[in-house]
Amino acid sequence: MSFFKKKYGIGKAGPGWTIFAGIVSLIYFFPVLWIILTAFKTRTDTLSVPPKFLFTPTFDNFVSVFYRAAGTGQDAASTGFELYFLNSIFIAGTSVILALIIGTLASYGFSRHPLRGNDTYLFVILTTRMLPPIIAIIPIFLMFRLSGLSGTYIGIILLYTAFNLPFSIWMIKSFFDEISTDVEDAARLDGSKDRRVFFKICLPQVKAGLAATAVFALILTWNEFLFALLLTGTDTRTVPVQMARTLGGEIGVDWGLLAAIVTMFLIPVFAVTYLLQNHLLRGVTFGTIKK
Amino acid sequence: MASGIQIRQLTKHYGDLTAVSDVDLDIDDGEVLCLLGPSGCGKTTTLRMVAGLEDISAGEVRIDGEVMNNIATPDRNVAMAFQFYALYPSITVEKNLAYPLYAEHATPDQIEQRIAQVAERLDLTAVLKRYPSQLAEGEKQRVAVGRAIIRSPRCFLFDEPLSRLDIELRQEMRTKIKEVLADLSKPTVIVTHDQIEALTMADRIAVMRAGKIEQVATPHDIFAAPINTFVAGFIGTPGMNLIPAVVEGGSKKNELKLNIDGQHVVVDVNDAAMKLPAGSMVTLGVRPRFFETVSEVSDKTLSGVVDIIEPMGAETLFHVLDGKRELRVVMDRSVRFNEGEKIHLQFQPKMTHVFDEQGSLVR
Repeated sequence: MSFFKKKYGIGKAGPGWTIFAGIVSLIYFFPVLWIILTAFKTRTDTLSVPPKFLFTPTFDNFVSVFYRAAGTGQDAASTGFELYFLNSIFIAGTSVILALIIGTLASYGFSRHPLRGNDTYLFVILTTRMLPPIIAIIPIFLMFRLSGLSGTYIGIILLYTAFNLPFSIWMIKSFFDEISTDVEDAARLDGSKDRRVFFKICLPQVKAGLAATAVFALILTWNEFLFALLLTGTDTRTVPVQMARTLGGEIGVDWGLLAAIVTMFLIPVFAVTYLLQNHLLRGVTFGTIKK
Repeated sequence: MASGIQIRQLTKHYGDLTAVSDVDLDIDDGEVLCLLGPSGCGKTTTLRMVAGLEDISAGEVRIDGEVMNNIATPDRNVAMAFQFYALYPSITVEKNLAYPLYAEHATPDQIEQRIAQVAERLDLTAVLKRYPSQLAEGEKQRVAVGRAIIRSPRCFLFDEPLSRLDIELRQEMRTKIKEVLADLSKPTVIVTHDQIEALTMADRIAVMRAGKIEQVATPHDIFAAPINTFVAGFIGTPGMNLIPAVVEGGSKKNELKLNIDGQHVVVDVNDAAMKLPAGSMVTLGVRPRFFETVSEVSDKTLSGVVDIIEPMGAETLFHVLDGKRELRVVMDRSVRFNEGEKIHLQFQPKMTHVFDEQGSLVR
């Protein structure tokens, strides 16, 4: 019990609050939990009224994500879903890393070597995110068609990178703004040139900020649907687009199949967030604690 | 080749504001100079210009005879300890100490040896593996000093090195830094607003006000012969009594007749002060410890009433009202007065400073 107390902090908050917090968490988590449960249900269990909490789990839905008949009377065949998964991972991963690299350099510049009218530039950068994306979709679609970027990896990666940059710059800049310039001055006095100051002294201090920015950017990109729908081709399609195509069909929506896709789709984001969570907590509470 | 630091007509403008104006200073090898002044007087800006962290608007900084104006900070080879320590938060104490040695291209063996030496010297051996955030305030301060002394720079700069420590640690570190600096025989500049720090650590003190140097002198001289009312009032605790007075005619040799708030007092002064014409407004500077009490009123005494009594241990501080003004008088603890008691004060000869209308010492 003492271990439990130590690890989960029940002792401090008291059992009442712990249970209360648990219930609230459960309400928040319930939709996700329901999706995960549905992924393991047979079609009959999925549609049963009242809904079933106890059932015999099946992996059929997961199998049919990758391998199933395209319609009644046809032979089961590969759906090529693994490609869409890899596409999602590749496109989101690359664009987040690119946005992080460019965003870090840009925000360091904005923070440490402000231009005349620095705030105006930052504001202009942010305005690109003030419009609903759907307003920009037609010109972007035409530009992609004309430039031949439509349906290519490069096209969608560039778009997502640009899409993530304003947010990354603003967020990372706030982290750079908070670290003391004295430390950088000290490094310069200790004989370090700018590059070493940046990599050895500044960057380690904003690790938490980079982690937080990476997670937020990843979630946004990972779930993006509209641009992916219009700008990716058959080879470069991402999971959200393919998921939408799975809806419908001859015998109504196959909820089990959809839930299985979503469940698998959640895993990478879960994993990244879990790995970065220590940094993330420090990142999102940054600056809220008096140093 | 000239050694030490030479500062000539050093000036710093921020837009219309002049933060530092025409500062001239020479700091020799092995000398410790304290830049002392109230906050915002430009002392830290001066230090940062020597370090290369601020651009120089006009004037010149030379270190070892070499003009530093256009030399970037990393190439200046100066060591500085910051007020808020500026330790590298993401690496251990050991690596913090090793960091400056990178630029010197030291071998791993040398690095290890230097760290061990410095750590032992500053009692840091036990905390070498810790991160800065896990250190106590005093330890952080010692790491900051250690990082400055681990290599052999051309000079040392300290920005308010002790301001964040409590009184006890401050005294301890003062001695420690003095001891360490004595062995290094490099020019050292310490910025401080704490006069005790300056008086105890410095070979010479430069008092600054509003971007200008008011006086540069040894701790002894700056205390005994302040050049103007600002320096006089800034140095010494409790502060010097600065008493406005009017010169009256009929002074005798080495004596000056003064009207202090209606009381006529004869004060022993130097030749220059004697020549002040009758009717001149002067300020009389007397340190609280340089009063004598006498039982009888004479033409050399100033009378007042004891108002507040503050025992300070070995001594007692009396606040004495001479009508309009409050005088601070420090006496040995054996001297007892009661509140409301009328006392007669006599100024100790040679310890009375006369400042003219502009506040400059008459000498």
